[in-house]
Amino acid sequence: MNFLLSDDQLAFLAAVEDLLRDRCSPPDVHRAFDVEGDAQFDAGLWSGLVDMGLPAMFVPEEHGGLGLEMIDLAIISELLGAYAAPVPWLGHALAVVGLTLAGSETQKAKWLPRLASGELLATVAFGEGKSTWLPEEWQMQADGGLDGIKTLVPNAAEADLILVGVAEGLALVEKGAAYNAVRVDSGDRTRPVDTVTFARADCELLGKGSEVRDRLIDAAAVLIAADAFGGAERCVRMSVEYAKLREQYGQPIAAFQGLRYQLVSMALATEPSRGLYWYAAHAWDALPEKAAHAAAQAKAHLADTYLQVTRDTVEAHGGIGFTWEHDTHVYMKRAMLDWVWLGSPARHRLRAADLAGW
Amino acid sequence: MKLGFGAEYDSFRAEVRAFIQQHWPPADGDLKSRENERAFVIAAIERGYMHRSIPRRFGGSEQAPDIGKAEVIREELTRARAPAGRIPGNGLVVPTLLEWGTEEQKERFIAPTLRGDIIWAQGFSEPNAGSDLASLRTRAELVGDKWIINGQKIWTTHAHKATHMFCLVRTEPDATKHAGISYLLVDIRQPGVTVRPLVQMTRQREFNEVFFDNAETPADMLVGERGKGWNVTRSTLKHERSGIATMTWSLSMFRDLVKLTKEVERNGQPAIKDPRIREELAAIEGELMSLTYSTYRATSHDIRDREIGWFQTMPKLYMTDLAGRISKLARDIVEDDFTDMGGARLKWIERFMISLSMSIAGGTSNVQRNIIAERSLGLPRDRIQGAGA
Repeated sequence: MNFLLSDDQLAFLAAVEDLLRDRCSPPDVHRAFDVEGDAQFDAGLWSGLVDMGLPAMFVPEEHGGLGLEMIDLAIISELLGAYAAPVPWLGHALAVVGLTLAGSETQKAKWLPRLASGELLATVAFGEGKSTWLPEEWQMQADGGLDGIKTLVPNAAEADLILVGVAEGLALVEKGAAYNAVRVDSGDRTRPVDTVTFARADCELLGKGSEVRDRLIDAAAVLIAADAFGGAERCVRMSVEYAKLREQYGQPIAAFQGLRYQLVSMALATEPSRGLYWYAAHAWDALPEKAAHAAAQAKAHLADTYLQVTRDTVEAHGGIGFTWEHDTHVYMKRAMLDWVWLGSPARHRLRAADLAGW
Repeated sequence: MKLGFGAEYDSFRAEVRAFIQQHWPPADGDLKSRENERAFVIAAIERGYMHRSIPRRFGGSEQAPDIGKAEVIREELTRARAPAGRIPGNGLVVPTLLEWGTEEQKERFIAPTLRGDIIWAQGFSEPNAGSDLASLRTRAELVGDKWIINGQKIWTTHAHKATHMFCLVRTEPDATKHAGISYLLVDIRQPGVTVRPLVQMTRQREFNEVFFDNAETPADMLVGERGKGWNVTRSTLKHERSGIATMTWSLSMFRDLVKLTKEVERNGQPAIKDPRIREELAAIEGELMSLTYSTYRATSHDIRDREIGWFQTMPKLYMTDLAGRISKLARDIVEDDFTDMGGARLKWIERFMISLSMSIAGGTSNVQRNIIAERSLGLPRDRIQGAGA
């Protein structure tokens, strides 16, 4: 049994974390919330991460990538979640997965090297509003040009390429096609999302889009779950550290059993769920018949846990935790997007029940 | 990353399986026979499959530690429903004797304990010494070459089946709380010992009160030094590990729950088709998967001597909560049958109650919370408590 990360994986994580510690400190993250106007990603941080090879991770080696697996993307998602990194990782990583799985050789050769190098930015468009997220619910058609609305699309305004979920499978839309992206006034300013309105936009279907679109959705669920774990764990650690420092009645508040038990309950809800998201990522890589169920479970459980833990974090911090200047709201807002994006935990639990054959 | 044990364990698994097939079920087909079980356990020890960490000279099989092999053996024994080599009564005494016992104590007690010829009861808790165990009051006085014991123990599991007890007693009445305690071994089949069963809320009788009225044990039945019994106990508790075996217990309870939700009908269809029940069942499964794969992660880390991190202290409390949640959903499904102790759903009524015993036995849930707070989260220790959790 070898259910742990390899030395290479740990070394890569440590290197990325060094960069994040340096360039994604809380003041850096808060800047995303303090600038006027539409939320923007941190271009400097993203280019640092591009230099470290993040966009190349899942790209096959023959197309200029590192040929890594879902578990690798997931542990990076956890780390970016822990630092609440304001970078367009989610959409870009998933677009790469989609293209790698579904693209024809020509499509892959055309796009993947430029996505791997970070020269182009890509994203994915799944939601169609009214909690419509999953492939079997997609109404938009590629035939005759894309027409209609996709919602909560990460970084669509900046993207050079959008991978759109359609009734026929998956379609590629290039920047300049007939669509416009309007930034949503979303709580999570670290991961801006857009409403994209297509008006008979030119697009190209991916070779195997209809076969692999469900698998792409599972990948999305895994990465959201991993992000949620990273954020939730960071919130627990933040609360624990604060309890050791903050004094009242002449002693650290960590000495009060009421608060201690709250902190324990946060940690107990969070830490064991690491195994669940690891398993979901591993199942995606290695256990195809378990992957969809595990992904649904991971998304449901982690999104719920994360949001609750951010609420508990406010309680553990008292007044300061309720302010704009504190980190807690950054995480709560990421937790809100993780909860919403791809559908609510309840929907994924019912999906998991179907997939379990119940 | 890999979940199975891999090819290196395949041949070992085949060996274990062949051994079991040869020895179980027993030739006469009697699965309940004490003698058959004993014979199987002895053969398995001989083969190196049971009590692997215990030296041969004390009746163990003295194998190099290998969590992977241990897990393969456990899986194969479970699969064949063969005796698991669990020590009847309370096996915690074995690691304690290995660490603290005299050569004579080890030789005399360990091998018969592994074979089930000596059955131990644990004499720790008293009516006024529960979570605050060190406040215990049962006394032992050394008179000549014997300890004379007076006092009372409680919550003593299976004392009515036990032959011996390992117990904590106060031997140094003038010393401070923790320093006055010694660890003694006592033959409890003697006139000075009275065992009175306690009836549980489930109607089962699993534990007892044990009264000592001038009971005796030889002077050399002291384990460790006089007044150092508290340290000896700490090592006992350290050896208590929750791992894959406990996780498997949750898994089988969950499987039963799924079966129940398929069997019971409501509104003309199986309960499992009810969206509310489906959702709760899936939520429980999410927690169970968390426990399962974090346990695999912990085991993998253990095998390679890597730090497990926060999860180390968590399985017991997590499982306690999970068992409660499972038994509550079962309650919602059996509905009217939930009060019928003579009916077909008795097992679930019992589980509803037994899941609570998990929050008490082996350290209450609040004690578990203290352990998580101190050892995992590194929170400062509660001032009133004294020694570390």
